[in-house]
Amino acid sequence: MDAATPATVARRDWLASATRHRVLLAALFLLVFPVFMPFKAIAVNILIYGLFALGFNMLYGYGGLLSFGHSALLGAGAYACGIAMVRYGLPWWAGLAGSMVAGMAMAAAMGALAVRTRGIYFAMVTLALSQCVYYLALQATDWTGGENGLRGIVLKRIGPFDFIDPTTRYYVAAGIVIAALFVLSRILASPFGAVLEAVRENEPRARACGFDVRATRFLAFTLSGAFCGVAGGLQALHLGIVPLETLSYQTSGAAVMMALLGGMGTFFGPFIGAGVFLLLENVVSLYTVHWQIFVGLAYIGCVLFFPQGIWGTVLARLRRA
Amino acid sequence: MTDVILSTHDVGMSFGKFVALRAVSAEFRRGELAGIIGPNGAGKSTFFNTLSGQFPPTTGRVVFEGRDITGLPQHRYARLGIAKSFQITTVFPGLTTLENVRVALQALTTRYDVWRPRSRLSALVEQAAALLHTVGLHGARNRTAATLAHGEQRALEIAMALASNPRLLLLDEPTAGMSPEETRGMMDLITSLARDRTVILVEHKMKLVMGICDRLLVLHHGELLAQGTPAEVRINAEVKRVYLGQREH
Repeated sequence: MDAATPATVARRDWLASATRHRVLLAALFLLVFPVFMPFKAIAVNILIYGLFALGFNMLYGYGGLLSFGHSALLGAGAYACGIAMVRYGLPWWAGLAGSMVAGMAMAAAMGALAVRTRGIYFAMVTLALSQCVYYLALQATDWTGGENGLRGIVLKRIGPFDFIDPTTRYYVAAGIVIAALFVLSRILASPFGAVLEAVRENEPRARACGFDVRATRFLAFTLSGAFCGVAGGLQALHLGIVPLETLSYQTSGAAVMMALLGGMGTFFGPFIGAGVFLLLENVVSLYTVHWQIFVGLAYIGCVLFFPQGIWGTVLARLRRA
Repeated sequence: MTDVILSTHDVGMSFGKFVALRAVSAEFRRGELAGIIGPNGAGKSTFFNTLSGQFPPTTGRVVFEGRDITGLPQHRYARLGIAKSFQITTVFPGLTTLENVRVALQALTTRYDVWRPRSRLSALVEQAAALLHTVGLHGARNRTAATLAHGEQRALEIAMALASNPRLLLLDEPTAGMSPEETRGMMDLITSLARDRTVILVEHKMKLVMGICDRLLVLHHGELLAQGTPAEVRINAEVKRVYLGQREH
């Protein structure tokens, strides 16, 4: 490790500067990415779930907290955006702002209860709380449309852009996601991001250093809610409906899978994971209804051969070689 | 009255029916290097943990600089001016040596800043580098903490404890598991640290505590058996009786 050849040093420098400009690189990737996609609608889905997985990973990969209740954060954002637009006739940007606030509020409420626990208990508490939210949404039909979902979210134009056209829609959504990536990157590179990693690495030591572990986790959970909420809002705008399934535990499970597939604890890995997950789902389901078997196999393969995830393995190889 | 920095008043600790510590009252003077010793199971670590806030005592009070700190949450201790090292080495294994200390330094300055890039906190980086120099780890600043040797990790832990610029430093078996050379280096480090602050350490290597401590407290069966200078403790009849048959290491 210490016997570094000039070539590895050069590569490390290159990686370090790539890390500094990670948002720019991610933005460039997102600009060319839809060219390779069979349908633009999948590309938009990948954007949305990619953002969701990144928000989840902030808590899981960087904070070491495995939440099984992130569907509630995505759902809070989706319903907030939909309700603002359908029930109150507010414009799309107010809907999106509402989804961010709703995601944070939901996360704060869940976090206040959940950050007292850790490990498997944290997963169970968040799962239980998100299930409560699911059944609340099922019952509150006047607000949420219950089982039928919240329908009638219509958005034809965003400013000068035609939101009906799939390509334009992708680039509008990509613009919002890139802005979110910029904020996320700032948070992870901030002093608070360092504290979050320290708490993940060693809780008693972080406490002895003078960090309030619970407060740190609470703040991380709440910030995670902002990103997941915006992802939910984008989903509502994209689909024109908020299906009740947004709140189901499978949505939370998908976030965990995406983060693990792509590489937890890496900045962009969860996004790659979301892409692989959704492409497998979409492409394989053209041929067989049992697409989940293939996602499952890919997942098992990842756990066995690439425990750092796809992106995590790529980064590790680049660093070592 | 001499300047007392930390005092315990009838501190007791029981775990269920087992009484680990009974009514220990002790005073520590500002600037001294005090050692807590005793045979295995004497309650040394329990006493240490009540001092460092790991858990609150079942009975009694702990007073630091005239302020009752019994039962305060652990994270408040560092900000009050009390730092500690653990018996089992605890660092942030995945972070670099420098980053370990830099994060520790953040505890007093910026805990919840989510926007400024941490790379701009150059003052903290300089302070961290200086602290690594103090404990002799300046050559390892960019290595991942997990790859450090055991003795180096212990030194890193002390650098992290020093980050809060504590007036009271608590060390739980600072030389546990160390080689003779590493032990000697650590003794020198502790002696030099004790020049500017109060240090209380728990140790069972008798030679070490006899050699460097100003004052010793001897615990036995959860009670304070004796206290005094190393010379006084050495000739104390009761201490001799307790340690009889136990080899010194």
